[in-house]
Amino acid sequence: MEYQTLLEKIQNKHPSILVGANENCDDEIYIKSTPEKFNELCLALHEELHSPVMSMFAQDLESHFRVYCSFLGIKYKKWFFVTMDIAKDTPQFKSIAKEIYSANLFDREIKELFGIEPLGNPDTRRLRLHDEVWPNGFFPLRKNFVPPKETGTLGEYKFTKVEGDGIFEVPVGPVHAGIIGPGHFRFSVAGEPIINLEIRLGFTHRGIEKLMEGKTVEEALQISECVSGDASFAHSWALCHAIEKIYGLKIPERASYIRAILLELERMYNHVSDIGGIATDVGFSHPSALASIIKELIHQLNIQLTGHRFLKGVNMIGGVTKDIDENKKALLLNVLPIILRDFNELKQILSSSTSFLDRVDTTGMLKKKTAEDFGVLGVAGRASGIAIDLRKNAHPAYVGVDFSPQTAETGDVLARLNIRIQEFEQSANLIQKILGKMTPQSINEKSFSFKEGFALGYVEGWRGPVLYWININKERKIERCKIVDPSFRNWQGLSYAVIENIIPDFPLCNKSFNLSYAGTDL
Amino acid sequence: MSALDKILISSIKKGIVTASVDLSKIEALGLELKEMANKHFGRSFNIREMDTGSCGACEAEIIAANNPIYDVSRFGVNFVASPRHADALLVTGPVSKNMALALKKTYAAMPGPKLVITLGNCALDGGIFKGSYYTEGGVSSILPVTTHIPGCPPTPTEILRALVGLLKCFTG
Repeated sequence: MEYQTLLEKIQNKHPSILVGANENCDDEIYIKSTPEKFNELCLALHEELHSPVMSMFAQDLESHFRVYCSFLGIKYKKWFFVTMDIAKDTPQFKSIAKEIYSANLFDREIKELFGIEPLGNPDTRRLRLHDEVWPNGFFPLRKNFVPPKETGTLGEYKFTKVEGDGIFEVPVGPVHAGIIGPGHFRFSVAGEPIINLEIRLGFTHRGIEKLMEGKTVEEALQISECVSGDASFAHSWALCHAIEKIYGLKIPERASYIRAILLELERMYNHVSDIGGIATDVGFSHPSALASIIKELIHQLNIQLTGHRFLKGVNMIGGVTKDIDENKKALLLNVLPIILRDFNELKQILSSSTSFLDRVDTTGMLKKKTAEDFGVLGVAGRASGIAIDLRKNAHPAYVGVDFSPQTAETGDVLARLNIRIQEFEQSANLIQKILGKMTPQSINEKSFSFKEGFALGYVEGWRGPVLYWININKERKIERCKIVDPSFRNWQGLSYAVIENIIPDFPLCNKSFNLSYAGTDL
Repeated sequence: MSALDKILISSIKKGIVTASVDLSKIEALGLELKEMANKHFGRSFNIREMDTGSCGACEAEIIAANNPIYDVSRFGVNFVASPRHADALLVTGPVSKNMALALKKTYAAMPGPKLVITLGNCALDGGIFKGSYYTEGGVSSILPVTTHIPGCPPTPTEILRALVGLLKCFTG
């Protein structure tokens, strides 16, 4: 469907709202707006496209700030960006978070990183620059940012208070009992059931978006592999995708297929690990041991295919560095049935245990409406009935492969478990199908010319959509890189899914989402 | 024989995928590790793992070292839930400013004598995150570090080998 009809429709409903729309890199539409009309336009797109705010970020241009707000138009296979310019002497804009809740976290992010005030947003607490260690008034993503000296006024984070008879708080973290990333969970409970869960993150903040600035694309590529280690392939692909779009570089089909195969392997080892983790968290160690064996097998398969257990160092601008030749193809075709056979065993063990099913069924339910409001996507979104999968809806690498997103309606731990089980098997099938489509060809395109510009790279990683918006400047360096890991929004889904569940079920709910601390904290 | 044993044995025997890991080598390393843990740590060398801002890959490999293929706990090396039970603190990540205090507190909560091991390139000196406004530039800027395990991330075999190397230092 043509996107112009959509813009006309919006124009008719809201006269004089559109100044003009520019196409960028085939599938991006940039609509320039003014601070006065910005919210009306965003709201119109949000309603027409049924898309949450996919990403919202600011950029420090010399004379002013520019704010971008993006939506996904699945029907149109386009990404819509609304932009507005904000004067530097009045760094503020009217928040849209009350109308579109999925904009809330982005508001807070823009405030802490740029010092641009989202007027009317009741919650502008900092996400990553913790008040206890970072003084007021230092905004890292401003171009004239200078890090604070030792002294400065420090503050304190204010948790939401739930008060009443018999209500008490259980603080957990940042250091947890397991081998896992750091985060703070503040439960308010009445007896056993959870009334409110506030998740405070940012503990692994490394300042990645600032670090990216001024880097060459090759350096940026290395950093992208360390944003979220268990999704390093999805992240590096998303970065490559953005750069390749800017350069107008068409990568060989074979490279695209190899990327798809490796992305599916990444999905498989993580999904099986989570399935095992869910079993662990109900004390069912036998299947979890089996799951970890399957995971290990896939890691070792990764080594044989690419030389790295986490597929680092494979993506490059223009394609991939490692080929899947006939021997590796044979290896994959040999091993996948073995992995699937073991996986089937795992499935049998889980589905034949009524006490296990009793623990996961109806536990940690995330309603579709809540998921939509917060923009929960990926595995967690699909388990709550949101049938968005960028592989199907938008990504060129999967064109011509018969594939439909797995969805469930109940939104409980069982639904998320089932989605993972189905996707694991689906990935194995996809790999076999894609292997059959590969023809002898180069695996990377080395001749390309540098161009300045900007583009959005996107990949459906195993957790959900991984987005990289990148701007390259004349010096061939990264001017701005905005990263959105699916975990960033999905954590909010978890804090709603656990309500009315008991604290002992929290690890189970948490594992069923298994979100990235590092990917959220950047 | 239980179902799991069957699967485990068949998985290990397959040899197609596992060719990249030599199981006999792991056994040999493990026995050495066990000997050292027996001798110097009363049969149990306890480690508290801590993430100070890693990407999560190091954690995944430490967890992998505990899977049934490597299974470090059979050699007397255990990952414990509390610093109170730990002989060593195994730290990953470049130390985000937000984790500096938690790192100090965790270390303070350990009984002496205590070791600090850093794991992964970031933990050594900040690695790829060196120079960021929000990292402390490695664990050694905050705690006395006994040894470092390099890699991005180090594989489970490399972790095992490094632990053997560390415990051997106590000989004599």
